Amino acid sequence: MSVSGAPGTTDASDAIEIAAGWRRAGRQVALATVVRTWGSSPLPIGSQMVVDDAGVFAGSVSGGCVESAVIAEAREILRDGKPRLLTFGVSDERAWEVGLSCGGDIAIYVEPVT
Amino acid sequence: MKAVLLGRLQALRTAGRPVAVVTELGSGAQALVHDGGVEGELEIPADSLAQVRRQLATDTSGMLDGGLFLRAWNPSLRLVLVGAVHVSQALVPIARALGFGVTIVDPRTAFASTARFPDVALTTTWPDEALSALAPDSRTAVVTLTHDPKLDDPALRIALASDAFFIGALGSRRTHAARLERLRADGVADAALARIHAPVGLPLGGRRPAEIAVAIAAEIVQVLYAQPARADS
Repeated sequence: MSVSGAPGTTDASDAIEIAAGWRRAGRQVALATVVRTWGSSPLPIGSQMVVDDAGVFAGSVSGGCVESAVIAEAREILRDGKPRLLTFGVSDERAWEVGLSCGGDIAIYVEPVT
Repeated sequence: MKAVLLGRLQALRTAGRPVAVVTELGSGAQALVHDGGVEGELEIPADSLAQVRRQLATDTSGMLDGGLFLRAWNPSLRLVLVGAVHVSQALVPIARALGFGVTIVDPRTAFASTARFPDVALTTTWPDEALSALAPDSRTAVVTLTHDPKLDDPALRIALASDAFFIGALGSRRTHAARLERLRADGVADAALARIHAPVGLPLGGRRPAEIAVAIAAEIVQVLYAQPARADS
């Protein structure tokens, strides 16, 4: 796959395991997943990041390009409970703001674990 | 994702079962698809379900028709090396860097020692028994490296009866021709024999163990990605 899809099935550094662990520890957790890429996006479809309500995060959806924007949105999503589809690209004003210097466009689905 | 579904996803992955998370991005409704069925609140149309299963089989995450997104989870890649030889020593770190869990099979305990292979899973039962126990699946590559038909052939017979995505054997063309004769005489069908990559490794020209290891690893990666088209752009 998608090395996203080199999923080590029980790798402790894997986003699913981390999300479950944080949940068990009583933290609010959002899961962000790359669902679509156009052009030379840095990470493949399926790449994931976990964000908690304090903005602590693990994993990656873009190798650092849009993570801070995704974290801000994830905290919002944890407040209102509504999943969202975020898109970033070089033609997107927000991408410039967050510094999507890597090129390509990317769509990221962010959902709360409820 | 509902915590219950997350827990089920964890359990299925830990059990080594291929599983897909299908999300309707508009509503957020989700379902898990695995060989035992479909769980979750999302109803997946029959057409889409067939596509989900195809993409899960090729480990391809991506968008489907109808605003559905599929995230495929498959068991880790595995590499089974028959022969605790010099090439194996060079191949272990390369395979690990590529994401493979490595097991070495060699009943010769002088070769298969923890001194020679620290931190590697070693199996010293006879190769046919070892391969049967390891049960290669569609995420497993098997490579025989001993040059000894007594060890390589039994391993190949079991590997050829499995879903291993890659089966390779070290040795010259002449060695391989003799190997094919033996296996054919043993009743292995020609279609199965055609699955063996031999001499194993892309023709990079190198002769040293590390160079052979790179050639073998490169061919395994090539075959892995030569499987049906992937969704990543």
